[in-house]
Amino acid sequence: MKTKMRFTARLFAVLGAFALLATACGGDDDTPEAGGALTVAIVAPSASDDLAFTQSMVDAVNALDREITLSITDGTFIVEEAAAAIRGYAEDGINVVIAHGTQYGASLAEIAPDFPDTTFIWGTATDTQGLDNVFAYHPAADQGGYVNGVMAAAISTTGVIGVVGPIEAGDAVAYINGFVEGAEAGGATVNVTYTGSFGDVALAAEAAEAHITNNVDVLTGTAQMVVGAVGVAVSNDVPWFGTQANQTSLAPNLVVASQVYHWEVVLEEMLALRDSGTKGGQAFELNMANGGLVIEFNDGYSLPADVKAAAEAAIAEKSAG
Amino acid sequence: MDDFFTTSVLVATAAAAIRLATPYLLAALGETIGQRSGVLNLGVDGVMLLSAFFAYWTVLSTGNLWLAVLVALLVGLIMGVIYAVITVFFEATQGISGIGIFIFGLGFSDLMFRQQVGTPKPVPRLPSINIPFLADLPYVGEPLFQRSLMTYLAFGLVPLTVVLLNKTTFGLNVRAVGENPQAADSLGVSVERTRFAAIMIGNAFAGLAGAALVLQLGIFQPNLTQGMGFIAVALVYFGAWRPWGVMGGALLYGVVNATVLQWKALGIIPVSISDLAGMAPAILTIGALILLARRVHAPAALTKPFSRH
Repeated sequence: MKTKMRFTARLFAVLGAFALLATACGGDDDTPEAGGALTVAIVAPSASDDLAFTQSMVDAVNALDREITLSITDGTFIVEEAAAAIRGYAEDGINVVIAHGTQYGASLAEIAPDFPDTTFIWGTATDTQGLDNVFAYHPAADQGGYVNGVMAAAISTTGVIGVVGPIEAGDAVAYINGFVEGAEAGGATVNVTYTGSFGDVALAAEAAEAHITNNVDVLTGTAQMVVGAVGVAVSNDVPWFGTQANQTSLAPNLVVASQVYHWEVVLEEMLALRDSGTKGGQAFELNMANGGLVIEFNDGYSLPADVKAAAEAAIAEKSAG
Repeated sequence: MDDFFTTSVLVATAAAAIRLATPYLLAALGETIGQRSGVLNLGVDGVMLLSAFFAYWTVLSTGNLWLAVLVALLVGLIMGVIYAVITVFFEATQGISGIGIFIFGLGFSDLMFRQQVGTPKPVPRLPSINIPFLADLPYVGEPLFQRSLMTYLAFGLVPLTVVLLNKTTFGLNVRAVGENPQAADSLGVSVERTRFAAIMIGNAFAGLAGAALVLQLGIFQPNLTQGMGFIAVALVYFGAWRPWGVMGGALLYGVVNATVLQWKALGIIPVSISDLAGMAPAILTIGALILLARRVHAPAALTKPFSRH
C-alpha cells in the first residue's frame, strides 16, 4: 500500500514538473499580433505641447495606424530622471519605450540589456550602440533647413538672415547648417546665434532682437525656446521659418513655412519589424524621400509664386537624394 | 569688432541689457528686503513661475495687461504669506523650505499650464512708454526712456527700497531683526511681524518679476524662468544686501548677457566657442561672489529662526 502511494505521488510530481516546463516554454505572451495593440511610452526632455521637438513625437505616435495605449513622461531634461522613467516603464511591461532625446543614450545602454523583451526606440541617434532591442532614429533636418534657407534668401530684402539656435548639437545643428547652405546659395548672408540653452525663452528673444538690430529681416530657429524669438519676429513684422513642428499658430501671418517631422513614417517600420520578431538593432533616417520630413506652407502668408516654385524644386532635389 | 562700436548697436545692446536686467532686479530687490530681515528665500524662482503663469493666463483670458500685473502681485503676496507661516511661525529650516516652494512653483505652474492652456499661445506684450523729451535724447533716449512700465517700476523701486530700509521705522526694524533679533525683541520690536511683512513684500516683488518676464516675452512655457530666481538670490550677495549694489549686479548681468548675444550675432564670437561665451554671465557672478565673500557683511541672523524660548 505504501509503495503504491509513493509511486502515485512520484507520478504526480513528474506530471506536475512536465506541466510547469510546458508552461515556461510556451508562446511569448508579449508578442502582439502584427499591427495589433501596443503599450507605448514616451520619455522626452520638453513639454509634450511645445510646438517643437517633443510635440512632434507625441503627434507621430497618435498618428500611428494601430491601437496604442500611450504614456508620456515629458519635461525630463535631467538625464537621471529620464533614466528612472525609462526603467520604470520597462519594469511595468510597456511594449515600446521611446527615449526621445540624444542625451538618454548612456542610460539606455545600461537599461536596455536588462529588458530584452522590451523594444526601446532612441533618437536622435544614428546607431543603436550594438543593442539588439534598440532602434535608433534621426532626421535629415538639413534637408528641410536647405529648403527653408532657399525661401528665406528669396524673400529677404536686406539679404541678411538671422538664426536663433539652442546648443550646437543634434538635429538643431543639422537644420541650421542646411538652412545656411540654402540661404547662401540664394546669395544671402546668415548670422547664427547659439544661445546655449534649449529652453531659455528670454535669451532666445534677446538673440532675435540682436539680429534685428543688425539688419536681419527674416528669422528662423530651432528648439522649444524659439517661442521667444517668434514673439520678437511678430513685434517687428519679420517672417519666420519653423522646424520640428508646424509653428503657424505662433504667428499666423508671419510664419512662412515649417519643416515638420513625421516620425510615424519610421515608427511604423520599426513596429512592423517588432511584430515580426525583430525588437531592435537598426537605425532609421527621417527624410524627404520617405515622407518623414515635410515642408508645410502657411496659407496665411503671401508667398510669391516663384519663391514657392523654387522651394518645391529644392524639395524635389532633396527627395531625389 | 568695429561693427559693435556703432551707435545703433551700442544703443540696442544697452536697451537689451536693461530689458534683461528688469526681472532679475525686481526679484533681487524683494529678496534683499527679506534677507535683511534674516530670512533666506530660495523659492524665489518658484514664486516667479507661479506669478508668471497666472499673469499670462489672465492676459489670455481677459486681454488686460494691468490686471495681469495685479494678479501676479497677489500671487506673490499669497506665496509670501505661505512662506512666512512656514519659516516664521513654524520655524522650519529656511533653505529646505525655500526649495520646497521652488519645487511647488515649478510643478504647479507646469500643471496649470498643461490643464488650462496646453499649446503655447502668444499674448500681447507690454508696450513701450516713451518719456516725453527724454525719449528723444541721443544715445540714452532709447535704452533708458523708451521702456515698459515694469522696467520703470523696477528701477524706480531701487531708491524707494533704499528709503524704506534706511529712512523708515519699518526699515530700521527689518535691519534690527536681521542683525540681532533677540535685542530687537527686548526693545519691543515684534520679530515675527517684521519678518512676516518683509517676506510678504519680498515675495510681492518676486510676483512682479514674474509678470515682468512673461509680459515682456508675450508667451509662457513650463520652467520659463530657467533659474532666474536663483541668480536673483546670488545678486543679493553680489550687491552686499544694498539696493544700489543689487541694481549694479543686475545691470552687470544684463550687460554681459546682452553683449555676448550681440557679439554672437555679429560673428565676433565664433560658433565654435559660442557655448563657452554663454557661460560668461555665470562665471562673472561666481567670480564676483568669491571676490566679495570676505568683504561683505551678511545680516548676522540670516537663516536663523527666532524663538523666545
